[in-house]
Amino acid sequence: MTTLEHLPFHAAVVRSGKAPKATGGLLAAAVVILAALPYVAFTGATSAMVTFFVLLIMASMWNLLAGFGGMVSVGQQAYVGVGAYTVLAFANLGMHPFLALPLAALTCAVFAIPTSWLAFRLRGDYFAVGTWVIAEVYRLVIIRFDSLGGANGKSLPGLSGMDPVLRGALTYWAALAIAALTVTGCYLLMRGRTGLALTAVRDDETAARANGVGVTWSKRLVYLVSAAGCGAAGGILIIDSLSVQPNAIFSVQWSAYMIFIVILGGIGYLEGPLLGAIVFFVLQQLLAGYGSWYLIILGLIGVAGAVWLPHGLWGTITRTTGLQLFPVGYLLRTEPVTGKTAGKTTSPKRRIGSST
Amino acid sequence: MSPLLELNGLGKRFGQVTVAEALDLTVGAGDAVGIVGPNGAGKSSLFAMVSGDLKPDSGTVMFDGVDVTGAPAQQRCRAGIGRTYQIPRPFEKMTVFENTLVAATQGGGLHGQAAYDHAASVLELSGLAGSANARAGSLSLLQRKRLEVARGLATGPKLLLLDEVAGGLTEPEVLELVALIRDVRAGGVAVVWIEHVVHALVRTVDRLLCLAGGRFVADGTPDEVLKDPAVLELYFGVGPETGPLSEGAEEPDESLEPPAQTAAPLTDGGLRR
Repeated sequence: MTTLEHLPFHAAVVRSGKAPKATGGLLAAAVVILAALPYVAFTGATSAMVTFFVLLIMASMWNLLAGFGGMVSVGQQAYVGVGAYTVLAFANLGMHPFLALPLAALTCAVFAIPTSWLAFRLRGDYFAVGTWVIAEVYRLVIIRFDSLGGANGKSLPGLSGMDPVLRGALTYWAALAIAALTVTGCYLLMRGRTGLALTAVRDDETAARANGVGVTWSKRLVYLVSAAGCGAAGGILIIDSLSVQPNAIFSVQWSAYMIFIVILGGIGYLEGPLLGAIVFFVLQQLLAGYGSWYLIILGLIGVAGAVWLPHGLWGTITRTTGLQLFPVGYLLRTEPVTGKTAGKTTSPKRRIGSST
Repeated sequence: MSPLLELNGLGKRFGQVTVAEALDLTVGAGDAVGIVGPNGAGKSSLFAMVSGDLKPDSGTVMFDGVDVTGAPAQQRCRAGIGRTYQIPRPFEKMTVFENTLVAATQGGGLHGQAAYDHAASVLELSGLAGSANARAGSLSLLQRKRLEVARGLATGPKLLLLDEVAGGLTEPEVLELVALIRDVRAGGVAVVWIEHVVHALVRTVDRLLCLAGGRFVADGTPDEVLKDPAVLELYFGVGPETGPLSEGAEEPDESLEPPAQTAAPLTDGGLRR
């Protein structure tokens, strides 16, 4: 009664495109080297790197949201803000701010559940605008609480007695750990069944649904994960700056950064945010002294990238070289027809009989 | 035993246009049913209501004895309704194999090696094995149509809805497709096939319906339906008393060969596109 009976052959599937075998080792080594940085570099350098990790976390989350879930949000600053204020709230209660970081992620995921019911009623452009409005609502609600500093913001208690160098190093390690966790988490998510389904949703929602994918469920999962990641990033921001200012933490600029990095790096590729964050960070460091020219140049680069590199930097690289750092694809090695790997026209004469 | 698919009084309107008016249809397990009808008759809307893409205004859809009228598309797919789209909707940035793997893991509920084997076997069956690792977006129209069928099969359906999969294919390709669908049917899968290439239908189905203006105007064996006065009137604007029809009755036929069987004089070119 069903076609789920296998034809008599074995499908050998390899989980990689042309991924260098050493990728995992190289990335692990990079993390280890980065982890040693506070011992060899001054706090100025590690503090700049914290910014980089925050950007990487945010961009990875936005890539998951927009690149795989198809949800173009300009309201992720809602969770950056909620994450920061969660750390502040728990610090006010006497908890160590670093220990509050996981709670910031968790709180954002919880807040994202009712928010998703609201936001998911909107599609496309309306979703984008709606998420921005929701972020504003979060800001307006939070500045009502005098215990959280109201509209003026508040400084973070609990870390003032700590040695600045040690605090800088701890902040750096926390940011590095969360960034590594985020990238690894995205990879593991996209490598599994859910990731395959999400990729299908990215390409065609209607067809995904007709092929058994629970589209709304997949999107909600991505939305929650993305909120949690942005919450953790917000938590790092408040620990790094030791204070929070509602207009800054709920600023739409965070979404602008995420979008810029992901579009430039390559939307829909796990490597995209990584490469984009590196490029953006380097640009930021190089151009920081040029005042408003910095923004003009950044804007020009964004426009140029969108026009000439529609698949982003990584998309262009992977399309020309086939290189993949994170092999999430499925390569079928069973080649009963031609013995060649890909792209050959079909050979219909090789049809095999019915399964019965 | 309840029939596999049962539509009761299905109705749907878009403004002034009625695409379904009190449609009743029963399809048993392993049946092969063809549906013809002019463009805009409501054929694709009918499929959309069966597969869950479109919500009917009235009536119920029963599948395998369960009322699925309110069930979302993915749930119906998992229950055993596989479908293809008239305009192919491949997951363009994924490979052909990944396309069928999505269907096998999500719709078919398979895991690991079993999913790989099944996803690969439907590609073999539908003649796409050589393109397994190509991006679906790079496929030709014909390959995309094959991929639609392959993906539908990969979900492990009890009922496969085929929406004009033969449209635009050359004659040898149509024959291949007919063979494929017969294989599918021999495997116990019920098939409902919307098609303008009537001679392909006639070779495959036992029962033919004609849908026009949201209603079934004829129902019977392919022979009966193609001789039905209402059908002839609809397609050619003539009644049976006009006598046997020749080619190009109304619209010039550019693309297709003379009818393969005298009993099936309808070809694609007779319809306005």
